[in-house]
Amino acid sequence: MKHSSFFWFVLPSSLLMLAFIAFPIVSVVTQSFYSAHEQVVVEVENCGPFGCKMETSVDQVATAAIREAEPMGKFAGLSIYTDRNHLAFGEVAAAWVRADGLPDFGRSLMNLPFYKALGFTLTYTAVVTPLTIILGFFIAIAVNSVAVALKGPTIFFSLLPMIVTPLVGSLILFWMVDARGILGTGLQWLTDDPTLSVKASTGLMWIMLMVYGIWHAAPFAFVVFYAGLQTVNTDTLESAMVDGATRWERIRFVVLPHLLPLVTFVALIQLMDNFRVFEPIVSFQASAHATSLSYAIFNDLGGETRLLSSAAATSVLTIIGIAILLSPVLVRTWRDFDRK
Amino acid sequence: MSKANRQPPSVRIMATSFLVIWLVIAAFPFLWTLWGSFKVEGDFFSKANWANALFGTMTQIETGGSFTGAGYHGAWIQEEFWRAALNTTLVCLFVVTVSLTCGTLGGYALARSTHRYAFWFLLFALIFRAMPPITLVSGYLLPFFEWNLWGHLYTTVIVLVALNQPFTLWMLHSFFKNIPQDLDESAMVDGCTRFQAFRHVIIPVMWPGVITTGLFSFLLAYNDFAVTTMLLSKENQTMVPKIASFLGTTQTKGNVMFAVSAVVSATAPLFVMVMFFQRQIVSGLTAGAVKG
Repeated sequence: MKHSSFFWFVLPSSLLMLAFIAFPIVSVVTQSFYSAHEQVVVEVENCGPFGCKMETSVDQVATAAIREAEPMGKFAGLSIYTDRNHLAFGEVAAAWVRADGLPDFGRSLMNLPFYKALGFTLTYTAVVTPLTIILGFFIAIAVNSVAVALKGPTIFFSLLPMIVTPLVGSLILFWMVDARGILGTGLQWLTDDPTLSVKASTGLMWIMLMVYGIWHAAPFAFVVFYAGLQTVNTDTLESAMVDGATRWERIRFVVLPHLLPLVTFVALIQLMDNFRVFEPIVSFQASAHATSLSYAIFNDLGGETRLLSSAAATSVLTIIGIAILLSPVLVRTWRDFDRK
Repeated sequence: MSKANRQPPSVRIMATSFLVIWLVIAAFPFLWTLWGSFKVEGDFFSKANWANALFGTMTQIETGGSFTGAGYHGAWIQEEFWRAALNTTLVCLFVVTVSLTCGTLGGYALARSTHRYAFWFLLFALIFRAMPPITLVSGYLLPFFEWNLWGHLYTTVIVLVALNQPFTLWMLHSFFKNIPQDLDESAMVDGCTRFQAFRHVIIPVMWPGVITTGLFSFLLAYNDFAVTTMLLSKENQTMVPKIASFLGTTQTKGNVMFAVSAVVSATAPLFVMVMFFQRQIVSGLTAGAVKG
């Protein structure tokens, strides 16, 4: 294809991506170095019947004017990154000195908003990704071995948890595990503890969020693996059988190696999606027990005072996290292309 | 069926029961919420007995019947959920059309170009695909406020189209790779320009891939929460942020049933979609994967 026709064909897409993905990244990085203007404070002498007093008050007009003139705020360098709400170097150092062993250090780290969010995000990603793959694999194997009649309905109902809006799907689960909902009551009955409430317990909340994550993502892994199973070479399977391989050995040595590239693919997509975990925390109203990096940004942006710079700094840190997560994949894709 | 796939009964029973359990886990929450949305709050969240939600004991006492549409009435009419539904329809319609138009052009070029920059283009698209939308939203807010773009439906449509492009490009790129290159090249030998070849030869045969990609664009627009909640003003809200706003206001008023019926209403179109387009969704999910 000629350079010029390539250019015209990709122009609309590239303009869109430049304006709404590449440019915002630049704008986020810039914003993270600026902090909002402080309010302009003036001292006025206030004279009443009991004499004169000096009073300080906020000059609303001047504050609005300076904010209007420089909407990005004033240059703050790296100070937003190092403040208590982000990397909190000062607090971390103090906690390290004070800490009584590593677990204690970890506990005081989890009291800092950024580390709390990072801790949950990483745990969520590390737990949900492998469990999704395992569950999806077993569903695919099971569907592949049952009667044809069950296949259609299984695929239909399995797709639902994945297709349904994450916010809506997690709300549905949240209502069911409410202390007055069916699963919540079931849990109370199982543990024989009538006061048990998922909402009140940090541990249970973490587990619930991860259960939701697996429920939501397993269908994707299932569909991909199921499609892969259709292309397993039956000749290889039969010769393995003739050679005396058991059912498990056939799965282990024929099916699994065949599916391995698919596992990498699913793992990559899942890592990207799990790292941005966000909606379930809103639905579960879990922010007291668990926050994620995305939720921290959302929290800064919402509400009356939009903390743009704080959100921008967290965004930059999130993007750095994504880059670290993706770098092995990118390097591999690049090498593959180079070889061709 | 080949011999290697034949199963002893014990394995069959195990596989079947595992599947049945999974099906219950996958489907039961939806059926339960659908059933419960026609009850009153006292039944849906029952302190006394969980079976009340099944038989509607409190619903019987409060309304006289076992089913009530009060939640739907409250959500759709009193809280004006119809307006959110209308907004969602508009947003989805435009997002799908615009992103498919840009995506087919770009995807076609990426599939046919053999130059190195096409690869870099796709690689950057992959990196962009990994960006969480909410990190980009914090970059939009200030310019959008400054230029008075915040709160409008069309701003959201353009943003969603842009966020959708990396995925659309990857998907359509792999679909176009499967259309034989001889097709458009012979048209060009006959004197067509590149665009004419695309217009007269490729467009007629590209629809299966475009429909599949369109379904996923629709899902992205329909399911988005991060962008729509931050970029739309209150009167322009789509369904998902509207449901989220129910949680803030209705829980105190005791109208949690509004949220439940809104949730069921928002799930229904997806249900229908999966029913009709199951084959396309499955093929789309596996398109990128199976071919490598």
